[in-house]
Amino acid sequence: MQQLLNFIFKNRSFLLFLVLFGASLTLIIRSHDYHKSQFLGSANQITGSIHHLFSSIGDYFNLKEQNAILFEENNRLKQLELNSLTPTPLPLNTGHQYKLTPALVIKNSYKSPQNYLTINKGNRDNIKAEFGVVTPNGIVGVIDKTSSKYARVVSVLNAKSKINAKLKQSNHFGTLEWNGKSSNTVQLYDIQDLVNFSVGDTIVTSGYSMIFPENIPIGTVSSYRLNDTKDLYIIDVKLFNDMSNLKHIHVIENLDLKELESLNSNNE
Amino acid sequence: MNNLLFSNIGRFFGLVLVQVLICNQMNFLGHLNPFIYVLFVLLYPVGSNRLQFMFWSFTLGIIIDYFLDTGGAHAAACVTIAYIRPFFLKFAFGAAYEYQAIKFGQTEFFPRLTYFGFLIVIHQILLFSLLFFDRYKIDLIMSNALSSSLFTLFLTLVLSALFSSKKS
Repeated sequence: MQQLLNFIFKNRSFLLFLVLFGASLTLIIRSHDYHKSQFLGSANQITGSIHHLFSSIGDYFNLKEQNAILFEENNRLKQLELNSLTPTPLPLNTGHQYKLTPALVIKNSYKSPQNYLTINKGNRDNIKAEFGVVTPNGIVGVIDKTSSKYARVVSVLNAKSKINAKLKQSNHFGTLEWNGKSSNTVQLYDIQDLVNFSVGDTIVTSGYSMIFPENIPIGTVSSYRLNDTKDLYIIDVKLFNDMSNLKHIHVIENLDLKELESLNSNNE
Repeated sequence: MNNLLFSNIGRFFGLVLVQVLICNQMNFLGHLNPFIYVLFVLLYPVGSNRLQFMFWSFTLGIIIDYFLDTGGAHAAACVTIAYIRPFFLKFAFGAAYEYQAIKFGQTEFFPRLTYFGFLIVIHQILLFSLLFFDRYKIDLIMSNALSSSLFTLFLTLVLSALFSSKKS
């Protein structure tokens, strides 16, 4: 017993090192697991409000650019309205399957291996986990954590992100993932080698995942190759969104989600 | 002694804020962000309680992890360099370390460069390995770690020279 105590006392800094290192490893492994991580990360009230405060200062520096983006989007919508057959635009958020909530990005990252965004809407605004996030240009990611005022978005530039996507022309679908290399290219896996497509084809969401509606733009095919077993394509997709410059985003809520989920659980 | 305590606490919170709000928005050359918060570990007074030192380094890492959504990668890297620091102090400063008489502001440039360099490179390699967590991406890990080490080393040397006390 004496010897054991002596041993612990002698090696106390090494033992503390092991304990602390072990604790951090546990946190890392938990954070890689989609459902196990309990920590809110940057969506936490304290870190969230610090990010919020400083992003509201930093926002003044690219107001012009963001204005131009919004103006462009307004222009596009105006054009749609003028060219549509119905004389008045449909009322938003009523009698539809999807509800959109506007939000601002207060923290963005796009160069780390696991990228997350933090937005300034949370539980208070009826934002929950598993809601999709898009901009007028295309998809951004899926919400995974919420606090009362903030929410964390798993960016498409995150190894955890798996989104159902398809080729716009032929409806063949696969899984969109990210290999961690470039911040404007993601990969579409599981498209069969029989499918015909070419560089420049558009990739959109498939609508099978219940998170995103169908036909939300993602990007274009920039290159493709066969996988190791030579039966499926790996397609590099160049994103429409500039992931380094995100400010105004929309959170998509699928109002039929509960119904769809109960339908699926009945099947099992 | 009190003065030292306050300057350490100030450095702790100052470095967290500068790291999270400025350094992580830099994206120098498109993708480089320096991790200057390691200055806290590098400049922690020599000869103070080792257990406390490791504990504070761990806390610093966890706070950075919270802000940047990185799980516990920064904490693990921080606590590792805090643990192995005495070895590199002895390696770089030799006798001065033995007598516990190091004041970082007054050290020669080259010993400081080796001391900073080794610890920063180890920190960055460990950090990026844990961030990627994938042995097939070793090329990405090394290129990221080395480029960001260089940038971090440069900035930490400049900052430590700027803020070191002039009194001898």
